[in-house]
Amino acid sequence: MARNGVVASQRWRSDGDVSSQQQPPADSVIADEVHVLAVDDSLIDRKVIERLLRNSSYKVTVVDSGVRALQFLGLDGEEKKTSSIGAFDSLKIKVDLIITDYCMPEVTGYDLLKKIKGSSTLREIPVVIMSSENVVTRIDRCLEEGAEDFIVKPVKPSDVARLRGYMATSEPSVRVNKRKQRESCESCSSLSTASSTSSSISSSPSLSPSPPSSASPTPMSISEPSSPSPSPSPPMSQSVSAPCSPSLSEE
Amino acid sequence: MLVGFGAERLGADMNRLLALLFHQGVLDEQFLQLQQLEDETSPNFVSEVVSIFFHESEKLLTSLRSLLMMVEGDHDQDHEGGLEYGKIGVHLNQFMGSSSSIGAKRVRNVCLAFRAASDHHNRHGCLRALEQLEHEYCYLKNKLHEFFQLEQQKVLAAGVRYPMNHYNNNININS
Repeated sequence: MARNGVVASQRWRSDGDVSSQQQPPADSVIADEVHVLAVDDSLIDRKVIERLLRNSSYKVTVVDSGVRALQFLGLDGEEKKTSSIGAFDSLKIKVDLIITDYCMPEVTGYDLLKKIKGSSTLREIPVVIMSSENVVTRIDRCLEEGAEDFIVKPVKPSDVARLRGYMATSEPSVRVNKRKQRESCESCSSLSTASSTSSSISSSPSLSPSPPSSASPTPMSISEPSSPSPSPSPPMSQSVSAPCSPSLSEE
Repeated sequence: MLVGFGAERLGADMNRLLALLFHQGVLDEQFLQLQQLEDETSPNFVSEVVSIFFHESEKLLTSLRSLLMMVEGDHDQDHEGGLEYGKIGVHLNQFMGSSSSIGAKRVRNVCLAFRAASDHHNRHGCLRALEQLEHEYCYLKNKLHEFFQLEQQKVLAAGVRYPMNHYNNNININS
């Protein structure tokens, strides 16, 4: 069992609600495919991020809300109803990275981030936040809460290329022997806070150089739109932006 | 038969149109990024995304107009129209996000100005911004329609058959 990225069941629990085509899990979860969960309430952005990720050969699951993401990850409280392992674990869904929009109704990307980092089984999963707005306080908040990176939309291929670096399981040099690597890492899992069965989804913790609970084990880079090419979305000049959801207020 | 409308010529027309739109600031680099995401497995990606954009934008514009109609006039007090302006802000955030995602730079910039007016509960400013937004959107839509029609003609002229999307309703494929 455990860490061979086992075949997931044919149907995700929230199958009907997942708003995008998924590759059949049976073939692709095995071995070395990296699985990214993308969360965005904008249909256009879901299409774009999905295409970007697929073009980079990631296996992609796209959901349209923070609520769905929590369901998918088994963090929605439903796991209490199932066995102590939790439905997520028992489905053997492996997620190597979560990329989420910040501004979403009900459960924002920030809320999602907090829940993931607060979960003993899932906190190892790198989380990347996307936002159409370049608000420094927002960025800081997310990074402090443990986000790996904060990408200002629109997301570019170079942003997606950078995602590799946040995923402990995806270094090119170890990809071929990923299974061996994981198995050998289980024995040095003093860093791992997951259950000893380690059948869960988190990426191999021992590859990160610092304790898992630290906010930023890897150098942070904040994606600015102004890289080689003209900036498509200039940073906001106003210091206060309209709240992105009714319940959210930022100072 | 599309005699005289060879694929190359249509390609040149498409490039010229794009260059114009870039020059005018109507589109930005993000549109090119979307084109680069197209491949054999998803040859209609850009037109699909743009159709979604049109569909969503029209709903947003309708909502924006009706919200503004609900606001009585310029007021200093927060409780006058506050709810409507709040909703306008939410719609504009969405519009800004989607226009930015397809590279619709001018539309996005007008949304920005609109949102500033809305934040200040400036009804007159909002009305002007809305008109400008509708104008920019219409222009963009017309130009992108033109662009995708050229693309379809080019595909036909080149003799390649791709799965058709709804844009092809009025194209005669019996060439």
